[in-house]
Amino acid sequence: MCLAVPGQIIECSGEDAVVDLQGNRMRISTILTPDILVGNWVLVHAGFAITQIDETDALETWDYLRGAYGDDFIRASDPDSANAIEKEDP
Amino acid sequence: MTGEIPTLLVELEALCERIGRRAQFMEVCGTHTVSVFRNGIRPILPENLRLVSGPGCPVCVTAQRHIDAALDIAGRSGVMVATYGDMLRVPGRSGSLETLRAAGARVRVVNSARAALQLAREHPDCDVVFLAVGFETTAPATAAIVLEAERDGVDNLSILMCHKLVVPAMLMLLETRDPGRPGLDGFLCPGHVSVIIGANAYEPIVERHAKPCVVAGFEADQILTGLVHLARQVAQDRATLENVYSAVVSAEGNTVAQKLVDRVFTVVDTVWRQLGTIPQSGHELAPPYRRFDAVQRFELMIGEDEDHPKCRCGDVIQGIVEPWECTLCGSRCTPRSPVGPCMVSSEGTCAAWYKYGRNLPGYSACAEKETGS
Repeated sequence: MCLAVPGQIIECSGEDAVVDLQGNRMRISTILTPDILVGNWVLVHAGFAITQIDETDALETWDYLRGAYGDDFIRASDPDSANAIEKEDP
Repeated sequence: MTGEIPTLLVELEALCERIGRRAQFMEVCGTHTVSVFRNGIRPILPENLRLVSGPGCPVCVTAQRHIDAALDIAGRSGVMVATYGDMLRVPGRSGSLETLRAAGARVRVVNSARAALQLAREHPDCDVVFLAVGFETTAPATAAIVLEAERDGVDNLSILMCHKLVVPAMLMLLETRDPGRPGLDGFLCPGHVSVIIGANAYEPIVERHAKPCVVAGFEADQILTGLVHLARQVAQDRATLENVYSAVVSAEGNTVAQKLVDRVFTVVDTVWRQLGTIPQSGHELAPPYRRFDAVQRFELMIGEDEDHPKCRCGDVIQGIVEPWECTLCGSRCTPRSPVGPCMVSSEGTCAAWYKYGRNLPGYSACAEKETGS
């Protein structure tokens, strides 16, 4: 439950942002990472960006998550999300 | 900082041989527990290394009395309970949130604290109660929605506070006597909890108890790197704090999140399921925000826990027994029909053993014994 997943900030307005999680987009809060900018990569946990990370680390983590949990990781872990706003076609 | 898995395994084997006795390391975090199983790490560890799963699954350590409080609230009219998915099936004294939902109670699964706040905005006709569980990674999200609710006047939101703190539980394992508890040689410290609290948060464990602490990520090579660093310290008879997840975890942690939590919450003694009260190991709402406290708002009576007499979840999360040593495990208690919380949560030690470890030597020997008897 303490697992956080990497995402890239797509839009940012005040303390709200839209993050891309490998094709799934989610509205999150950046109140815990106030210096974050569009294009930055962050770890997302429970609807909040909790830290900024490097793109290389983010992509490596996604490679691992796909291998360990499968491509449906986000969909499987997020079936009732009130914050999921759209899903891109792969 | 990490290496190739075969190289790490060779190094770990050599270090364990050098230690010359059985080494016992605790992986504190439930995410580590599951990752160890998912990656098939357990069967390839050196024979004289025991990996003990600790009290790091928030679902597993939420006291039954708090589940009962959530059930009490969910059974009332004009109320909606929101919580994270794993909490639905945790058994209280009588039933679970899932059984109440099936009977018509308004219980919603959320994957974010903000979603609970959103439910309160969308349903001004009812009181939305957020059953807030989780460790330091999750607590800032709860603190943030309390501030947002206060700012926006969302008065129909309240919080049933069940947040827990990791380090006090680790200290308790070292500072209270229990003859059955394994002598731990070091801790594999959680990665994403440490993003918030910072690697330095484990200093008391190293300084007061001379136990090595290594902060590690949750990928296979990161976990093995963490174990190599722990074994190296033991082999060299030293105890330090190391961070092998420094790409993500800083020494100080997320100070913005820490300040937010300090503003909205107060640290208090709290009850952990089957572990009793651990000093300074939980949060309650600080006085300025107490009006969001569900216990106060609903005048709840928080009772006592009354776990199944044979449930050994409390012993499992201290490493006193392995799940398969519990007489309920795999027979009366399964993920489909759980008796104890460690079989409910996807990160619970019992569920992880049941799902991934049934072919491992201890579990299968135990199962054979039961079948024969």
